[in-house]
Amino acid sequence: MKEIFRLCMVLTVIAAISAGVLAFVNQETAEPIAKAELEEKMAAVRAILPEFDNEPDKDMVTIKMENGEEVEIYRGRKDGGIVGVAFEVVAPDGYSGDIRFMVGVNIDGVVQGIAILKHLETPGLGAKITEADFKDRYRGKSLGDPENWAVTKDGGTFVPITGATISSRAITKATHKGLEFFKQNRSEIIAEKDKGGDQQR
Amino acid sequence: MRAWNEFIKGFWSENPVFRLVLGLCPTLAVTTSAINGIGMGLATTFVLACSNLVISLLRSIIPKKVRIPAFIVTIATFVTIVDLVMNGYFHALHKSLGLFIPLIVVNCIILGRAEAFASKNSVWISLIDGLGMGLGFTLSLVFLGSIRELFGNGSIFGVGIFGSGFVPLLLMILPPGAFIVLGIMLGLMNKVEIALAEKQGRTPMIRKKHDCATCVLNQKWFDFGPDTDEAHGLKTK
Repeated sequence: MKEIFRLCMVLTVIAAISAGVLAFVNQETAEPIAKAELEEKMAAVRAILPEFDNEPDKDMVTIKMENGEEVEIYRGRKDGGIVGVAFEVVAPDGYSGDIRFMVGVNIDGVVQGIAILKHLETPGLGAKITEADFKDRYRGKSLGDPENWAVTKDGGTFVPITGATISSRAITKATHKGLEFFKQNRSEIIAEKDKGGDQQR
Repeated sequence: MRAWNEFIKGFWSENPVFRLVLGLCPTLAVTTSAINGIGMGLATTFVLACSNLVISLLRSIIPKKVRIPAFIVTIATFVTIVDLVMNGYFHALHKSLGLFIPLIVVNCIILGRAEAFASKNSVWISLIDGLGMGLGFTLSLVFLGSIRELFGNGSIFGVGIFGSGFVPLLLMILPPGAFIVLGIMLGLMNKVEIALAEKQGRTPMIRKKHDCATCVLNQKWFDFGPDTDEAHGLKTK
């Protein structure tokens, strides 16, 4: 009985000290982690918006989708007028897990670029979706140009990465979905909610 | 001199990957590139050195019956610290290592060193053992990672070696490549060890009687025997 008590005491003390140390480290690193994550997102936003001179992380609107999910939309402006927006899309059909990436479009719905945020694709194959060579294949495309938003294997025009058709197909489909989302909500997205009908269009 | 021997053994005579064949989950999974190998290796080294230090400090306080949970809590604490700090300050590397950082907790090298070494040796020597083992592990990962990256991607540390005409052998950075490279490396290391031992006139390590303290097949597993060279299979007379 006495021994059990001693064993419990030792383990409890060790666990309590660990918890204390971790609470401290967690508190100390919370800010750098949040900053690093925001910085990562903003680096993606900067890469895929047309030239802008505002701070898109402060010029953000949220649109509620039919399934209740909220999409954050970062707006880039030049001389006060919106030149393009960037928002996150999720490709649920990657080779392994979701692929989260951002799509940047100008106000006419033409893709300015995509930036991969998170993926678990196979290194050397699907992971090549993060390379500029692949991402550039979407630049300048819009709904209707090309007519068929699919990879060549499915009769479309997008050339997939060799050996990674599934990953390429997932990106193509999700980008297309993102463009449709933009088209449906365009008026709301580029509306000047926060400025209350000023001179901007 | 003792400290130096404890430090250097992680690199060859008791190398975690190639000699003890421990910690193969991270070894096989993250060595798709040399830089991943360095990141994983150094994270493991930090955890190993810290956990060895703390466990050796507490070795007379921790009752034998609850030593494994006590070791694991200590190890998990340091792994979580690495995870949080890496996420905050080395975000890109943290992302590429992903799930494997939390999994350092179950890397058997760390528990193995705590059980076989830190719980029986002084603080200073345990710290040296942790550093040596960790750096030996790092070196092995970088080595494996470089070979796989070289053939699978035509580069080392992201620097192209073979030029643009090279068609990468993708197999090498896919899971089978890890097994193939590791298998060939283990074979070559044994070959070299046998030749080396012959030259030095000693018994090759792989031919020695199997009584390594870290091995579960060892009867001494549940018994803290004397910490002698014989118990580690180091004497050769």
